[in-house]
Amino acid sequence: METVIITMKNPPALYLEADNVSPDAFAGKTAAQIAELHVHEGNVTSTFGKYFDVSGHAGATAADTKIIVKGDVKKVKYLGFKMSAGELVVEGSTDQYAGAWMTGGKMLVKGNADAFAGTAMKGGELTIEGNAGNYLGAAYRGDWRGMSGGRILVKGNAGSDIGMYMLGGEMIINGNADVHVCTHAEGGKVIIKGNAKSKVGGQMVDGTIYVFGSIDTMMPGFKPAGEIELEVDGVKAKFAHYIGDMGERHKKKKGQIVYANLYKKI
Amino acid sequence: MTKTITDVICPFCGTLCDDLEVVVSDDGKQLLEVYNACVIGTEKFLHSQSKDRVTRPRLHQPDGTWKEISYDEAAEYTAQMLAKAKKPLMYGWSSTNCEAQSVGNEIAEITRACCDNTAAVCHGTTLIAVQDIGLPSCTLGEIKNRADRIIFWGCNPAHAHPRHMSRYSIFPRGFFTGKGQMSRKMIVVDPRVTDTAKMADVHLQVEQGKDYELLNALRVAFRSEWLPDFVAGIPKEKIREAADMMKSGRFGIIFFGMGVTQSLGKNHNIDEAIAVTKDLNEYTKFSIMPMRGHYNVTGSGEVFAWQFGFPYSVDLTRGFARYNPGDTSSIDLLVRGEVDAMFTIGSDPGAHFPISAVRQFAHLPSVCIDPHLTPTSGVSKLHVPVAFNGVETGGNCYRMDNVPIDCRKVVEPPEGMLTDEQFLIKVRDRVRQLKGAA
Amino acid sequence: MSEYIIKNGHVFDPVQGIKGDKKDIAIKDGKIVDKVGSGAKVIDATGKTVMAGAVEIHAHIAGPKVNMGRIYRPEDKLFTCTPTKGMERMGGGNSIPTTFKTGYEYAKMGYTTAMEAAMPPLFSRHVHEEIRDTPIIDEGAFPVFGNNWFVMEYLKNKEIENTAAYIAWLIRVTKGYAVKVVNPGGTEAWAWGLNCLSVNDPVPYFDITPAEIITGLIEANEYLGLPHSLHIHPNNLGNPGCYETTLDTLKLAEGFKAKNKFGREQVMHLTHSQFHSYGGTNWGDFESKAKEVTDYVNSHKNITIDTGNVTLDETTTMTADGPFEHHLTGLNNLKWANIDVELETGSGVVPYIYSPNISVCAIQWAIGLEIPLMMKDPMRCYITTDHPNAGPFTRYPRVIKWLMSAKAREAQVNAFKHKDKVLSQTSIGSLDREISLYELAQMTRAGPAKSLGLASMCGGLKPGMDADVAVYNFNPDKPVANPDDIELAFSRCAHVFKSGVEVVTNGEIVSNGHKRTLWVNVKVKDNPQVMRDINEKFLKYYSMTQANYEALGHHFVPNPYTLEVDATQV
Repeated sequence: METVIITMKNPPALYLEADNVSPDAFAGKTAAQIAELHVHEGNVTSTFGKYFDVSGHAGATAADTKIIVKGDVKKVKYLGFKMSAGELVVEGSTDQYAGAWMTGGKMLVKGNADAFAGTAMKGGELTIEGNAGNYLGAAYRGDWRGMSGGRILVKGNAGSDIGMYMLGGEMIINGNADVHVCTHAEGGKVIIKGNAKSKVGGQMVDGTIYVFGSIDTMMPGFKPAGEIELEVDGVKAKFAHYIGDMGERHKKKKGQIVYANLYKKI
Repeated sequence: MTKTITDVICPFCGTLCDDLEVVVSDDGKQLLEVYNACVIGTEKFLHSQSKDRVTRPRLHQPDGTWKEISYDEAAEYTAQMLAKAKKPLMYGWSSTNCEAQSVGNEIAEITRACCDNTAAVCHGTTLIAVQDIGLPSCTLGEIKNRADRIIFWGCNPAHAHPRHMSRYSIFPRGFFTGKGQMSRKMIVVDPRVTDTAKMADVHLQVEQGKDYELLNALRVAFRSEWLPDFVAGIPKEKIREAADMMKSGRFGIIFFGMGVTQSLGKNHNIDEAIAVTKDLNEYTKFSIMPMRGHYNVTGSGEVFAWQFGFPYSVDLTRGFARYNPGDTSSIDLLVRGEVDAMFTIGSDPGAHFPISAVRQFAHLPSVCIDPHLTPTSGVSKLHVPVAFNGVETGGNCYRMDNVPIDCRKVVEPPEGMLTDEQFLIKVRDRVRQLKGAA
Repeated sequence: MSEYIIKNGHVFDPVQGIKGDKKDIAIKDGKIVDKVGSGAKVIDATGKTVMAGAVEIHAHIAGPKVNMGRIYRPEDKLFTCTPTKGMERMGGGNSIPTTFKTGYEYAKMGYTTAMEAAMPPLFSRHVHEEIRDTPIIDEGAFPVFGNNWFVMEYLKNKEIENTAAYIAWLIRVTKGYAVKVVNPGGTEAWAWGLNCLSVNDPVPYFDITPAEIITGLIEANEYLGLPHSLHIHPNNLGNPGCYETTLDTLKLAEGFKAKNKFGREQVMHLTHSQFHSYGGTNWGDFESKAKEVTDYVNSHKNITIDTGNVTLDETTTMTADGPFEHHLTGLNNLKWANIDVELETGSGVVPYIYSPNISVCAIQWAIGLEIPLMMKDPMRCYITTDHPNAGPFTRYPRVIKWLMSAKAREAQVNAFKHKDKVLSQTSIGSLDREISLYELAQMTRAGPAKSLGLASMCGGLKPGMDADVAVYNFNPDKPVANPDDIELAFSRCAHVFKSGVEVVTNGEIVSNGHKRTLWVNVKVKDNPQVMRDINEKFLKYYSMTQANYEALGHHFVPNPYTLEVDATQV
């Protein structure tokens, strides 16, 4: 695997849109060629080299390419945009759209990620060591096809609206989640090891949510369905089981009605 | 002598009453009386006659005073500001006509700006919900002629849309509703006992921040499924009663406002309310309609949509349109320090935005187009007063149910004042030169 | 530069019976002329196909439901917007393009006239604002009448003259073009959550049947002598077995003769016939009845149709058939918008994915092609996709490829997951007819222009007609190596002229021209009763005053082209 290191040297006055920071965009390019890629500060298009120092060179393919992002990129959006293979490590915090629309590869954010991380993810792994903002792993506006594959791990807390219109894949939040978890979801799995607030599983048709901590207010559409012993992400415990959303339409699989499942650790 | 102009459209709120009568002086220069409007609309017309109106553009000086400049100088300042900015924000648009909005769009496209309207603080969340789940709706005449179940959820028309109930929703005797209010049942959902709630047959005093749960419970009740004893502070029996009352009507409508669009849940509240409406169409006929605030915020959304593809929070900085509230929306742009110039028209963000956003105006080059003295004009660098749209100039506007009505000019503006459209055309022509655009 | 000579192209013009001969086409001052002077700009069309600009007879491109589609589908624009480029404004939208993009895309494919298929009269200003903001192409809009309270009340009492007077008034105040009928009676029933699924289902309260509405409107249309005929989207659209309702509807035209001064010969235009040609009783035994429908239309010369081809894309359905859209959202659970319009009509919008892996979608695709392949008279069968319902209009080049190449059709059939079902439920496998360029010109130019009553103005290259000309990079003398070349050639014109102005060169927009809004001004005898009825309904039932109803003002229709009709002597 070849490594490219990009280091923020010239912070933007406004914010930077760096849609070209991905193993896919860097593959097959030298540092000089990468420095020529476009980056946008508002309506001004510049080259990468204006804001970043670039060293190393990319692999021949995305899969052979690793990128390390150093320096203050708290005002840089779209890191990891549409990546399909390879690795991307952000050594600090970053702004919106981290790993958005990714289909493969591994992205690691050592600090926080702002809103819209992992939008419409189809595959790969996205790990955020700090906190994630709102709309983690959610669908783009208006699209009923949200995250459908891949794995997101947040070691800190997550914001609101995680997993909206989720269809597949997996999300683990080690900390707490804000309101609206898996709204409209029709598949996928979300584990919240901390606490949830409210509006968990609203309008959910299918999929599974596990909450280890508390839920301040349950959705009335989630009906108690007994208790069950489960092992979830290596933790064995008793969970209260709820099915829902009883206000929503239900699908049938092999003649059986399908519900979304919510498990709250007792 | 005087003359009376009939069928005048009131340019204040989304009710867009079009049956006003305005009495003006024979020479068309003085507006004397207004009939049929509510107090707000009446004042909208009459206050245009104030003797202390600002009638020329003025530039904020370093010592805090204002210096009067010409419209041409103001257009030059505005064009320079927009042309030089890397990410200008052109906000507002809700209190002007579609013709002006269209010229504004041209400017935004040439200067590659972000453009947004007051939906950003109002029914933008409704638009997000509509994008996620759709919108079963109708025109206001359908309510007048057919509706027998009227629900006001998180809105207070008695204060905010004063003639709504008499023109459309509660009192009129329509084709199939000859008994007027006697043929209708009214449900109000509001944590407060408002003047609207006092009129209701049923008032559900929902716990603040729990509208989403209550709406979910209604959907559960439609399906006769299990409910907990209380949801959002409302006992389950009352919820089931409300559900039955909705199902038993022959044509129902949910009107909703800021009580749900800007409280906890926001777009999700509306999403679930639309889901309630959709569910009810399995049993009877039901529609839902947002109570739009400004009289032409709907029009701004329509014009943005047919020209750029999105109804608000439109980012044109890359030369093509992009949309994602949270990223491209005005308050987020300002609070995060993402924009470097602020252009406001037909709105008052200085009064309505969070203070952390308004503080940004102080650091930024800023222009405010508004006939009034407002908190926005107060903090902007350049204030350009213009003729009152719908009073001193006509132009097309869209009602809360998306019906277009062409506003009328009833009186002349003060001598030498320009309309929005005229001023924007000057700005557009100048930015074209500055940007070398076609 | 107002004089042009398009030299040496292969001309296909059904108006003059020219079937590919090499001819020069001369343009002067906006019109086709016999010859021009030596100073004329020369356009070399050697080895290229030359036709009149195409005429779109039915598409949803301007108005409230179109814009609702745009507003509620941001995902329709994700990653696919086009930037501002020279004189082209930015554009976006795959299935529901923005207005600028709509004009540019039509023009680049050689279309110069388009009709907005359904205008709710109360919203006519909105329709006209969008038409105004659609560059280059001439446009008109069809106000809808089939669920209108005035129409239902007059026709219940068989008052044709009053109906005609009302139609004349409404078309004038909305600057409309023709009498459009959508799901007659059913959309009024939908205001109560009901529908009319056959021509004999009475409308709740108004107690009139769709059949009575249809025949009454045909009579009124001929009484007035309008340029276009009744243009109808029949009841029961999209349901298995609906072909019977379609035949019932078509039969209502029997015995009527077209009466007008515009060269129109039909009394009924059946639109998006693909959606109305279904057999079977459910989605399992769903089958094509294209043969039954085309047999009827083939033998009844007073009917024209358009196809409504399915293009196998993700698209957005939108129609004034409100109850159908509610039914569709029940089938696919996708977001549903609905707009019921007081006293007049309704509409609905639902996204739809025509997947080649779903047998029903594949059969719909086949039906859309069977119809034009089985129609004997190409002057009476026009190509549409009912944009965006069966697919975006930008797919016309692909539809043309399928019609002109049996090999391309075969390749598509072979690519279907349920190929066997497509072959057993339709006759697409046995149709080897390939549409010729001349027939294509009939189906996309001369035919729709004639049906619309515009035969003297457009759809042909006869001297005196408007200089709307399209030049394609398609050489009729060369055998087609790959059917995809057909699609490519018809996607981007070498040259397009609109009213004598060069608007497209090498597939790029070079001018916006001077687009016009086509509308019909009908004069009738004074009718105090109808005026009184109009006054009364505005006073009591509308939510807008009568004085505010008419779409007046230069900013709505800046460049009108009025077709005058005098019906005072009837």
